[in-house]
Amino acid sequence: MLSCAARLVRAQIQSKPTACWVVAARGYADIVDEATFTTNEYALHKLDEGPSQTVTVTRDDALKYYRQMQTIRRMETAAGNLYKSKVIRGFCHLYSGQEACAVGMEAALTPDDHVITAYRAHGWTYTRGVPPVNILAELTGRKTGCAKGKGGSMHMYGKNFYGGNGIVGAQVPLGAGIALALKYTGSNNVCVALYGDGAANQGQVFETYNMAKLWDLPVIFVCENNGYGMGTAVERASASTDYYTRGDYVPGIRADGMDVLAVREATRFAAEWCRSGKGPMLLEVATYRYHGHSMSDPGTTYRPREEIQEMRKTRDPITGLREKLISANIATAEEMKQIDLDVRAEIDKAVEQAKTDPELPVEEMYTDIFVDEPPFKVRGTNPFMYGMSK
Amino acid sequence: MVGNISRRNMAALQTLARRCSTSIFKRHFSVSSPVAAQMTVRDALNTAMNEEMKRDESVFLLGEEVAEYDGAYKVSRGLWRKYGDKRVMDTPITEMGFAGIAVGAAMAGLKPICEFMTFNFSMQAIDQVINSAAKTFYMSAGKQTVPIVFRGPNGAAAGVAAQHSQCFAAWYGHCPGLKVVSPYSSEDAKGLLKSAIRDPNPVVCMENELMYGTAFEMSDEAMSEEFLVPIGKAKIEREGTHCTLVSHSKSVGLCLEAAQILEKENIFCEVINLRTIRPMDEETLINSVKKTNHLVTVEGGWPQFGVGAEIVAKVMESDAFDYLDSPVYRVTGADIPMPYAATLERATLPGTQDVVLTVKKSLHIQ
Repeated sequence: MLSCAARLVRAQIQSKPTACWVVAARGYADIVDEATFTTNEYALHKLDEGPSQTVTVTRDDALKYYRQMQTIRRMETAAGNLYKSKVIRGFCHLYSGQEACAVGMEAALTPDDHVITAYRAHGWTYTRGVPPVNILAELTGRKTGCAKGKGGSMHMYGKNFYGGNGIVGAQVPLGAGIALALKYTGSNNVCVALYGDGAANQGQVFETYNMAKLWDLPVIFVCENNGYGMGTAVERASASTDYYTRGDYVPGIRADGMDVLAVREATRFAAEWCRSGKGPMLLEVATYRYHGHSMSDPGTTYRPREEIQEMRKTRDPITGLREKLISANIATAEEMKQIDLDVRAEIDKAVEQAKTDPELPVEEMYTDIFVDEPPFKVRGTNPFMYGMSK
Repeated sequence: MVGNISRRNMAALQTLARRCSTSIFKRHFSVSSPVAAQMTVRDALNTAMNEEMKRDESVFLLGEEVAEYDGAYKVSRGLWRKYGDKRVMDTPITEMGFAGIAVGAAMAGLKPICEFMTFNFSMQAIDQVINSAAKTFYMSAGKQTVPIVFRGPNGAAAGVAAQHSQCFAAWYGHCPGLKVVSPYSSEDAKGLLKSAIRDPNPVVCMENELMYGTAFEMSDEAMSEEFLVPIGKAKIEREGTHCTLVSHSKSVGLCLEAAQILEKENIFCEVINLRTIRPMDEETLINSVKKTNHLVTVEGGWPQFGVGAEIVAKVMESDAFDYLDSPVYRVTGADIPMPYAATLERATLPGTQDVVLTVKKSLHIQ
């Protein structure tokens, strides 16, 4: 009844529940500065040791992760509503449910590391530093969008963030190429190249594993396995659903993608591996998306509603973190409620702007074709119409 | 080229004669007339890459057999020995993967030269060329540049049959966001490839295997390290008054031969070497048509939706139309997959007789 991946994610709970210790010895009722938790087990491939199951988080970091995940959740909900009211058109692939992946990974990276992902990119665009208002305005096609409205949902870029890519799998060799540039210039940074369980079967992904391993490129391949490639459950698409092993000679880890601290720890391990010149690593994060593949997909013809409901109830990454923080006395329910309200206000304001900002003037359609080029005539839709590309 | 060699011999003979006359008849400061340097297209491309790699640390070459094999067609000979593994990389036979890696490296600030052993194999990677390279600057509204060069031999070779003989000028020339160049001579090859490497935009540089071994004269200017041929500007190889022949790559040579044949019948053709497919130099084309009133396009690729077809459309829509005394005609490869047998292959590609016949039709002669 439950899909393979859902069973996998659920299996993470069947192992021992997360325990926690209060680290700083103060009064029981006082808020503490940091707490330690135990994550679920990681699966390892061609590795003698893996990330630690014991994870410690400071109060500041914990609240930051909470806020970031909540921001993504609110932003994606707003995007869904804007789509339903036809203000957003075309493709819109929502990240709701997968927040712990972007936030957890970003927590182990620096802004000088590089990231490239596929089309389910709004969450990553945010963690990479683009404000929600510029993401929403890009979705509504306005000139305040991070690509001035020329890219749309799948083509958002930022500093050391290469989108947002529409062609399934194409971003994986690109990511290895970015890593090649990092190695070439003697940088200590890594590139994270994300793809889904559907893309994991693409030939070019295997071509990339080969070259990355051959040349010891500092790339972390991340498979965000949410159980479904569009409407096809993993067991119907892949002869092997152990995506963390699919790199064969590339060492791999599978982590619980619904636990932001587990994702952070696994990413930290992988980043250290790559930075030390040992070559690529493959990280599979077992996660789940609540919405359909995109806004054109209700997401219920190929999976049972009960599965979605159960995930929301028992494995939600934001709820999971909230419960951890409260039980460890690292934050109060009230202050997290306040964060919820702040985030809601921020996103509501961003939505208003995304709805009211103007689109680019039509003449701008002829620009940004070439860089550093003297202005040239660009043909329009009839022989008598030309624009200028400047 | 026969013409070039005899000119060179003439120059040498003249120098010799001058020196003899100098020593026998009068005292003189010894002067030598400059003998033009010769360079094959292969060496011109090699020189271009060598000079640009020396000039800019971020330029590197990757592709199949470019390093230890010295290049499948020896275009990259000596570069690996000089620059090493980091800057000249042999790749596995995985075009989609290594083209994607090259594009990613360009996005992150390097200047890769991605060689396709022939452009036929670029079809495996064409998504990376078009969707990842060509469109990205636009989709990102100017945030993300892709300073990459894709190069390699394009079009027919000799006896390599259908899967290895396609001309991709029309396919790549179709796409906004790409620049596409197609050199003919050594000067073209060196100058265009250098410009392509320095260009911060994605450039497709389509060479021709059969031209690699052909030597051309190179001016002093062309021999210098700062010699560039601008992308987007055609070259008038030969001036004429009766009919314009426009072409690219190896077919330019065909046009020049046809022009020599026609000259004997007092028909003077203007031969234009496009040099760049996209952006195409419309101005040079239109000015020439206004002068000669007749236009024949010549290419090795297929006729339907080809380079010639685009030129016809451009001329029709321009004010050069009013100057035409004949329809624009196209000389192209035959509309068939390339056969192997020598006679059939020869008949599939345009020859001088095709150009001569078509010019005469345009001029309503015989």
